[in-house]
Amino acid sequence: MCLAIPMRLVELLPQGMALAEHDGVRKEVSVVLLKEPALDDYVIIHVGFALSKVDPREARATLDLLTEMAAPGTRPA
Amino acid sequence: MMRFVDKFRDRDLARRLAYTIAAEARPEQTYTLMEFCGGHTHAIARYAIQEMLPPVLRMAHGPGCPVCVLPAARVDAAIAIAMQTDVTLCTYGDVLRIPGCRHDSLLTAKAAGADVRIVYSPADALALAQALPGRRVVFFAVGFETTTPPTAVVLLDARQHGISNFAVFCNHVLTPPAIAAIFDTPEDDRSRPCLDGVLGPAHVSTVIGSDAFARFPRDYAMPVVVSGFEPLDILQSILMLVRQINRGSAEIENQFSRGVTAEGNRIAIDLMAQTFETRETFEWRGLGFLPRSALRLRPEFAAWDAEKISPPPPAAAEEPHTACACAEILRGRANPADCRLFGAACTPDTPVGACMVSSEGACAAEWAYGRARRANEKERA
Repeated sequence: MCLAIPMRLVELLPQGMALAEHDGVRKEVSVVLLKEPALDDYVIIHVGFALSKVDPREARATLDLLTEMAAPGTRPA
Repeated sequence: MMRFVDKFRDRDLARRLAYTIAAEARPEQTYTLMEFCGGHTHAIARYAIQEMLPPVLRMAHGPGCPVCVLPAARVDAAIAIAMQTDVTLCTYGDVLRIPGCRHDSLLTAKAAGADVRIVYSPADALALAQALPGRRVVFFAVGFETTTPPTAVVLLDARQHGISNFAVFCNHVLTPPAIAAIFDTPEDDRSRPCLDGVLGPAHVSTVIGSDAFARFPRDYAMPVVVSGFEPLDILQSILMLVRQINRGSAEIENQFSRGVTAEGNRIAIDLMAQTFETRETFEWRGLGFLPRSALRLRPEFAAWDAEKISPPPPAAAEEPHTACACAEILRGRANPADCRLFGAACTPDTPVGACMVSSEGACAAEWAYGRARRANEKERA
């Protein structure tokens, strides 16, 4: 029940629904909780509802930051 | 195509982050960090994150597993609803095995003839009500702020479409009051954990926003980092907490900036406000009654409120197993392996305590991922 997965919106459907895809699996989800859902948005799906969008630029920025925080090339003793 | 998930599981980066944490954690002090959310507990066990951390740093499990904290009295009320002959009770799969006061569950009720069905989404329960006009379909709603907006959406749909054979048995609970309850435990109380920082839940925060946790740094001088659920998210958040602790600051930081904003999801918050109001008090398994910690339907939705339609019977006295350590584990005071019942009387097939019932529970996570690790340790020793 607490499982939430990131999926990509591949088709917008009538009545606040959309087709979302992850790893080739497609699922109909509700996008009524999103402001302006758009094709190719990455979203976090929870019990059949998209709760929020995942911002790819922020994801990249987080990866860059944690790469910078990580010790260079060393392995823990 | 972007593969976020793979990148946030990069093994080499994880090792290097762990090395940075070990280098920056001061050996002369201890760092006890509580991960509130069961999703974090699960990921920490699955990716053996505790084993990557220096000995001075301990992760304490929190009460953020809605299945684990659902009290036996509410399970009994759901069973009583399900046993009514005209009712079809729908709920999430991991709710079915939660033990009630007399150690029965919705699963045993189903075996005894009750019409109990697993749904993936509350929308499925509403669709079932439309498909079965002769039945009263009750959705047993459980969960934190992540599952609450979907319940709000189906309630509004039921009202809009005049679906009168649908009702919600509401057990939605709130994250910030549960964290506050742990900090508000009196200093001299043995059950009060000594915490240095909190890993905040990302998915809850997509809805309520990271600012919902701002009172913990402000009122309790407690550093909080809202963290994603991938191993690198968790390690980065732990490092952010270690850095806050080292410089003596207490702030709210948002590691999961790719999905969480300070203010949260305005649409979801508005829909919840239209449909729910805060209860004066609500019981949490292991934590007792916590003020203003749960939601009920607003009076306008009485026609869809299972508690109004058939009030739950008075709660029977719970008979907790005297050796069960769940209450201590939910407060971050004990680890699953500290419990005498763990892995002996209490397993996922025969759960005694709530932390073993849900796969997100601390004991179930330790059972699933910890045994192989301990076997390895024994072999190496």
